[in-house]
Amino acid sequence: MNPLHQYLLLSAMLFSVGLAGALVRRHAILVLVGIELMLNAANLNFLAFWRYGGNPEALTGIMFVIFAIAVAAAEAAVGLALIISIYRHLRTSNVDEVNKLNG
Amino acid sequence: MEQIDQIFVHLKHGVVAFLPEGLQPLVSILISVTAIVLVFPLLFALTTVLERKGLGRIQNRPGPNRVGLPRLPTLFPWLPKLRLAGFGQFAADGIKSLTKEDIVPREADRVVHFLAPFVLLVPVLLAFSVLPVGRNMAALDLRETGLLFFFAAGAATELSVFMAGWSSHNKYSLLGAMRAIAQMISYEIPLILSSLTVVMMAGSLSLVTIVERQSGVNFGFLHGWHVFTPWGFAGFWLFLIAACAEANRTPFDLPEAESELVAGYFTEYSGFKFALFFLGEYLGLFAISGLGITLFLGGWLSPFTFLNWMPSWFWFFFKLFLMIAFFIWLRGTLPRLRLDQLMNFAWKFLLPMTLINLVVAALWHFTNSWNPALRWLLGAILLTFSYWILGRGFEAKFRPRTYRYAS
Amino acid sequence: MSLRNLVHSALCLAVSLVGLALIYLGLDAEFIGWIQILVYVGAVSILIVFAILLTRGTEAPAGRITFAPWSGLIIAGAVFATLAWTVIKSKALTEITGNPSLDVSFVVKNIGGKLVAEYVLPLQVMGLLLTAALIGAVIIALHERKGLK
Repeated sequence: MNPLHQYLLLSAMLFSVGLAGALVRRHAILVLVGIELMLNAANLNFLAFWRYGGNPEALTGIMFVIFAIAVAAAEAAVGLALIISIYRHLRTSNVDEVNKLNG
Repeated sequence: MEQIDQIFVHLKHGVVAFLPEGLQPLVSILISVTAIVLVFPLLFALTTVLERKGLGRIQNRPGPNRVGLPRLPTLFPWLPKLRLAGFGQFAADGIKSLTKEDIVPREADRVVHFLAPFVLLVPVLLAFSVLPVGRNMAALDLRETGLLFFFAAGAATELSVFMAGWSSHNKYSLLGAMRAIAQMISYEIPLILSSLTVVMMAGSLSLVTIVERQSGVNFGFLHGWHVFTPWGFAGFWLFLIAACAEANRTPFDLPEAESELVAGYFTEYSGFKFALFFLGEYLGLFAISGLGITLFLGGWLSPFTFLNWMPSWFWFFFKLFLMIAFFIWLRGTLPRLRLDQLMNFAWKFLLPMTLINLVVAALWHFTNSWNPALRWLLGAILLTFSYWILGRGFEAKFRPRTYRYAS
Repeated sequence: MSLRNLVHSALCLAVSLVGLALIYLGLDAEFIGWIQILVYVGAVSILIVFAILLTRGTEAPAGRITFAPWSGLIIAGAVFATLAWTVIKSKALTEITGNPSLDVSFVVKNIGGKLVAEYVLPLQVMGLLLTAALIGAVIIALHERKGLK
């Protein structure tokens, strides 16, 4: 089996790519995509530690991932609905232009 | 009889045993893959002819009845003219689509346009690998997650539809793709929920185990297929409707409604790629029919115990043939739904019915010690009652229609 | 994340999520792997491309970036460097090689059992959250149309 730290490095890389995307791209949907990538990086870590950890029978890693996936799906649905709603009101989906409350 | 039943399994083991030790797993996999890739497209070819003939019959015309074997008069002048009642049609169609020019629109996104048919076809073929087509005849028995694998493979088709529709840069394609995706997502929920009842009752996600669970015998001659229970019966019809929508068949063929959208998401495809889409659609239909057979109609089990001597694969393909015939019949009979009717039907009727069906299945499980007739009655009453309420409530919105004429 | 074309980046997201699902399979988490494909490829990426199509014509114009992209990249790079450095440095992590002969056939049955026993409260909360999210998403997305009527 691959040693554990390879999975952790991959997960760190995924997290950084997601973070870079969320910070650099100005399109709201791409920010959401970046957040999804970061969540997935966390999931990968959970699964890796579940598989390599001392007590796989407890299934805590898997349980956490199941709940994380459910939360991510809900978050994507609400986030995209918000983006569509903002787009309808303001005709933009650039997160920097949504600054109406910026007094 | 045992020999005929297992003939393909023995054949495979025989071939594999000839080879050196290292090659055996690889060749074993290759043989299974080849079998799937050969059998189901051949079935597709036959189905296209049958469908056209059947539709022709329904519409009071003969359908294809001329194409037979090519005669090659210069080579074999003594051969008689063979027509085969039109069953050469699929070969003619195949050769035609192979030799046609492959046109890609100038504005199209070439890479995505090229990839879309493969993204459709490959997961559909993958989905066949978990279907048990006979006793010991599942290419891949995922003991833990068979059904989940099937649905995961099915999820990729939506992406392919989007890729095809978007990359063509054509508004008909895009509209067709949007319709198709909305429909597939809406109907996937009832589809999964109605299969979930079976998983709940069989206690396993493995399709092989699910078939084995149905091999009990009722009344001394009838196999205990899931369709013979109240929840199974309702679940089967719900599954069938959702499957029909998932495979884009009439009455749910809005995504490719010829009279509105030219050809839906594959409007801009021609030649062999068009044929691949066509193949993918039909293989999807076969896969989902096969899943319905496995879940509700006892898979490769024979209907009556006294017919057990017939080979198991015969029963699977016989049932598959019946399902296909049923779908052709539906296509010839029913008109197309409107988009809002389609969505209302999925969310306001199918979804609540599948949830109620889950509850009925749970009740069935917990009344295990009751008199079978009483259990049956309870389940049937619950389902009929909710069907009546939901169906009526659904229908109440359609008041007697008033017609207005264009002036 | 660096592609100009939004739909391309959404499709690449789907591909990378499938790749991640394959890694999960390699980690013997079959159930999670297939769930990942079903949820992310089947639902989330479809939602994303839908949203892209519904908000079309708003590619971020190149000149109007208020937050310099370089600082974002530098932050992300720094985060990666820190994480990688920690992972490589820590002896405890690099020395674990795992138990390759773990029998994982118990996983799916136990997931079901645990969901309705130990984790029943989180499960209920999750159901509530999903319902709320569904209703909320529909209401938010419908808002405009109601105003028009």
